[in-house]
Amino acid sequence: MTSARPPKTVLVQRHGLVTRITHGINLLVVIGLLMSGLQIFNAHPALYWGHKSTFTQPWLAIQALDQGDGMAGSTWINGHGFETTGVLGYSGAPGAGEKRAFPKWATLPSYRSLGTGRHWHFFLAWIFVGNGLVYLASGLITGHVRRDLLPTRRELGLRQILQTVWDHLRLRFPRGEAARSYNVLQKLAYLAVAFILLPLMVLAGLGMSPGVDAGLPGLVSLFGGRQSARSIHFICASLIVGFIGLHVLMVLLSGPLNQLRGMITGKFRLEVREDR
Amino acid sequence: MALDRRHWLKGALATVSGLWLSACERLTDSSLVQTTLDKTEVLTRKAQRGLIPPQALAREFTPADISRDFRANGSISPGDADYRTLLQAGFADYRLRIDGLVDRPQSLSLSDIRALPARTQITRHDCVEGWSSIGKWTGAQLAPLLEQVGLKPEARFLVFHCFDTLDPEAGAKGRYYESIDLVDARHPQTLLAYEMNDAVLPVAHGAPLRLRVERQLGYKHAKYISRIEAVADFAHIAGGKGGYWEDRGYEWYAGI
Repeated sequence: MTSARPPKTVLVQRHGLVTRITHGINLLVVIGLLMSGLQIFNAHPALYWGHKSTFTQPWLAIQALDQGDGMAGSTWINGHGFETTGVLGYSGAPGAGEKRAFPKWATLPSYRSLGTGRHWHFFLAWIFVGNGLVYLASGLITGHVRRDLLPTRRELGLRQILQTVWDHLRLRFPRGEAARSYNVLQKLAYLAVAFILLPLMVLAGLGMSPGVDAGLPGLVSLFGGRQSARSIHFICASLIVGFIGLHVLMVLLSGPLNQLRGMITGKFRLEVREDR
Repeated sequence: MALDRRHWLKGALATVSGLWLSACERLTDSSLVQTTLDKTEVLTRKAQRGLIPPQALAREFTPADISRDFRANGSISPGDADYRTLLQAGFADYRLRIDGLVDRPQSLSLSDIRALPARTQITRHDCVEGWSSIGKWTGAQLAPLLEQVGLKPEARFLVFHCFDTLDPEAGAKGRYYESIDLVDARHPQTLLAYEMNDAVLPVAHGAPLRLRVERQLGYKHAKYISRIEAVADFAHIAGGKGGYWEDRGYEWYAGI
């Protein structure tokens, strides 16, 4: 006679060594790239479409406005203004406010220095690209991408996807055997970030380089001009920030210590039902 | 109670963000980090120089693309006495000196320069700040002029000395200057421009003569050029980094 026993806790291998190392490097480098990128953006906090800047018609602009009784920060998107005092346009401790698009805590370095921001940005960009290539190459060679990231045909069914979305909205995350592998939303998100968003980010960045534009004119044309490339670079950065926010939220909601251990030591705790 | 908690939370946030900021600053100011960051520029320059053909042209645009609001940055009306004197006389007495490591030093008037092989191009000007404007430039190509003066074999860079003092508090080191290597000096789009958008080069954009070095950012395009000096190395000039902005922390290679 067999009967169901209470679930047993086992430690399984969650993430491979290369994934763990490249993830750790990426974490630091992407934060540095975002912060130094905002320092660079602060030098001219306006975005345009096309080849050139249409100074009177940016699609996005962050400004400080003198309101007579004090300074205010304002952000304009497609001609619609929002007051963003304290964060965008005008920020700082009381009495020590500063006209700056993004606040001190969001930029690298915190003080205004376009030159230093650029040094950091390009230094980190090289590491980012090298690290990303190691991850992608190893993922393709070892089968990590195919095995762990590519969704199966069954997973891509509309019902299946909607079910997973619904489960996530109710904060019901896969448990037991189902938690051994990524769910379809994770797979699609990681694939989109690793294979589309981050490469697009790099290409849009390169498209802003006058040197690259001379050597590879097709690249900047692909984006519709240098100012479009700058806009797309900024939008990609915003999407990355959105991804990081969601990603961290999901880690917090689905057992942060277990998830962190999975990414640091590779070991992940699962509850497995053994029916014998 | 609630107020206490809010105070505590605010204090904690301020502490964390203070630590965060000072960690970032410490990191930036450490000399090891500085050296590493400086080496990145060498890597970027070598990669771009290695991958981009030396004669690859910057994209040229059509007259319809020309910006009507081309922005002028840096000095826009130099107050330097020698410049003012020349400007008042319509640059009739202007002479461009070309010297240093050259076989035949020259002193050229504007009409001499206008008689040199010229080129007209409509190109995009990319400021390091992030904006771009498109303008039409006519000027003497630098390459044939270099043939005329004859560079000595040890010459590796051209230094462009300018009339304008951008930082009066820095004394002699506050004068604008720039430098380029011979790859850019011999590039067909590298010009000593004397016309912008079919008119005489305006003062705000560097009259009487400015550099166009189309595959690099705006600060390399020295305005108000007074003298071109061929050198083996620029360590002895001003801050020693090869340019006004370079002396203030910007990259010498501004192709990115």
